Amino acid sequence: MIESHISLLLVVIPLLAAPVTALLPGVRLPWLTALLVSWVCFALAIWQFALVMDGSVISYELGGWAPPWGIEYRIDIVNAFVALIVAGMAAITLPYALRSVEQEIPKHQIPLFYSMFLLCMDGLLGITLTGDIFNLFVFLEISSLSSYTLISMGRQRRALTAAYQYLIMGTIGATFLLIGIGLIYAETGTLNMADLSNRLPAVFSHHTVHTAFAFIVVGVALKLAMFPLHLWLPNAYTYAPSAITVFLAATATKVAVYVMLRVVFTVFSTGFTSDTPTDDMFLLLGVLGVLVASFYAIYQGDAKRLLAYSSVAQIGYILLGIGFASALGVTAAVVHIFNHALMKGALFMAVGALVYRIGSSHITQFSGVGRQMPWTFGALVLGGLSLIGVPGTAGFISKWYLVLAAIEQQAWLIAAVILVGSLLAVVYVWKMVEVLYFRPASDTGETYREAPLSLLVPTWLLVIANIYFGLNADLTVGAATTAVQVLGGIPQ
Amino acid sequence: MQFILDHYNYWIVIFLMMVGFYTVISRGNLIKKIAGLNMFQTSVFLLYISIGNVSGGTTPIIAEGFRAYSNPLPHVLILTAIVVGVATTALGLALVVRIREAYGSIEEEEIHKQDESF
Amino acid sequence: MKHDLILRVLAKLLIPVIVLFALYVQFHGDYGPGGGFQAGVIFSVAFIFYALVFGLDSAERVIPAGVLRVLASLGVLIYAGVGVITLFKGGNFLDYDVLSQNPVAGQHLGILVIELGVGITVSAVMLIIFFTFAGRGRD
Repeated sequence: MIESHISLLLVVIPLLAAPVTALLPGVRLPWLTALLVSWVCFALAIWQFALVMDGSVISYELGGWAPPWGIEYRIDIVNAFVALIVAGMAAITLPYALRSVEQEIPKHQIPLFYSMFLLCMDGLLGITLTGDIFNLFVFLEISSLSSYTLISMGRQRRALTAAYQYLIMGTIGATFLLIGIGLIYAETGTLNMADLSNRLPAVFSHHTVHTAFAFIVVGVALKLAMFPLHLWLPNAYTYAPSAITVFLAATATKVAVYVMLRVVFTVFSTGFTSDTPTDDMFLLLGVLGVLVASFYAIYQGDAKRLLAYSSVAQIGYILLGIGFASALGVTAAVVHIFNHALMKGALFMAVGALVYRIGSSHITQFSGVGRQMPWTFGALVLGGLSLIGVPGTAGFISKWYLVLAAIEQQAWLIAAVILVGSLLAVVYVWKMVEVLYFRPASDTGETYREAPLSLLVPTWLLVIANIYFGLNADLTVGAATTAVQVLGGIPQ
Repeated sequence: MQFILDHYNYWIVIFLMMVGFYTVISRGNLIKKIAGLNMFQTSVFLLYISIGNVSGGTTPIIAEGFRAYSNPLPHVLILTAIVVGVATTALGLALVVRIREAYGSIEEEEIHKQDESF
Repeated sequence: MKHDLILRVLAKLLIPVIVLFALYVQFHGDYGPGGGFQAGVIFSVAFIFYALVFGLDSAERVIPAGVLRVLASLGVLIYAGVGVITLFKGGNFLDYDVLSQNPVAGQHLGILVIELGVGITVSAVMLIIFFTFAGRGRD
């Protein structure tokens, strides 16, 4: 019975658990509930992934109404892969969250915090699983509203302005998406994405469809923090509670990238986008994103903000992959969605552990702490190597495919940009490493103990995953290759 | 001229949309921004509802003697979007209240100034 | 507040009517225009009106904040609970057909219970929003 309802359960279990969690007393009980739910979801996500790994499709009709009239959950390997990332990151962030949240958030807000966390995860899972584009908008707003709340729970008052800024920009993005959906609904009379991909080609020449496409792309681009629409991201990631930074950095923008892939390749297909400057736009903004955001990252004095800018740069790489619109390019994009979740998760966790002990994420405060907290420091270094793309780490795999895709299209300039981006990553990772390890400890004489195990274990799990998926890329590249065939419309 | 009159719903929607969007961009007052955002969203609601109208159609309730009904689906969609809008507004205003408690101001420039000096 | 005689009398007259109208909209949602969203908002309006006329404290005595939080969660649970029941009865999620012997009765029952859940949550959340904003800074 579970197998036939598996994709639905992934959405319903967190949805049921969220209001219950909000009512539970204390600190441990809400946390335990959220933890159990996330682990169950992770198990279900693995199961679901195994079911669609061969390229088959699961279709689930909500309320028994047949698509395209009813809402359909339509799971192929792309959804299952992204859902796996979301559930997996939630499952690994929650053990980390216990100590870090206890320190950062007032006690009476903690049940609400975990309730919001579950809702956010629920929204993100819903976005990936649904096959109905309006339903996607609703889930997008569920995840966004809960993430605004979560960000505003940060300790400093700037968390409030960061959340406000994100709310304004996020809502504009979501409303753009809504306009686009309305226009394609007016043109085709359907909201089911599979049905849309059948019906849209007949009206490709209409101006309404072009307008709708533009609105949807800009709306989603705001959500995925495409340069230059990334302005909300650095503040949001800097001032959010550490656990939330980890979770959002690893999942939220990735899910938005998934939406972009779906819209560009499945709903509209390359037959439409090749007549528009979409690919060139992605390439141009991807290049700019990689270069400008990496430069910004170098000049940041705050470790979390530095990593946030680096996230914008990484989104740039993913956009490059989408912009190539070739099998190799999209493979690289999909692989990088996964790998970037791993490396940014590990890095933000390591920085979160530093913040847990030091109480600040300013790099100047980190002087010499690396020698006092060797395990945290080690995780940061290895995560940083993966971010740079050193062979043997996950980051190398995605950059390798990206460079291959660039060479295939003889885009030498872009291949060079990818390399320059990696060099810039060396600079900003080194900036943290240098302060942490080679500067003398601050003269206040304060020494810091190693971070608690509940923070270290999840961090190192992600670090090990970074290395494992760097040495054995069968799963990620295999999944991405199948994903490219399933997405449709990509020249092989 | 007839073209303009025939598509009057779109002109209203575009006008409201631009007014709202411009308010969000240009105002420094956090509450005015949210008011602008609300207008922006509402214009989209109107877009959906007006395209659901079928010429000569009645309320979509089955009754004898009526053949053409307006399309109820956009209305249902917008019901959901309105709820989302309410939640967004409430959350936005709640944030403004807390920003005011933390900064003593709801003007963007003053808040920036306080953050800079800090 | 004591002098607002007209307001008080009018409120006492209007509030029952508003509540009644809310219930009408709520339970006619399966056949006519209506449903939980609208009914929930109308229902909460009655309480907000009461709070405006008789003061926040007496309104909070009528419906305490703790109760509202439970209600807000309860509505979601009713909604999702119906879905879970349909799962156990062998249908898809929210497939009301299986709720009763005949599908039409099942659809009626399903949508009524679902809308009840929606109505409870919407009115509770509306009141929570109102009380939170109105009560801010008092304590």
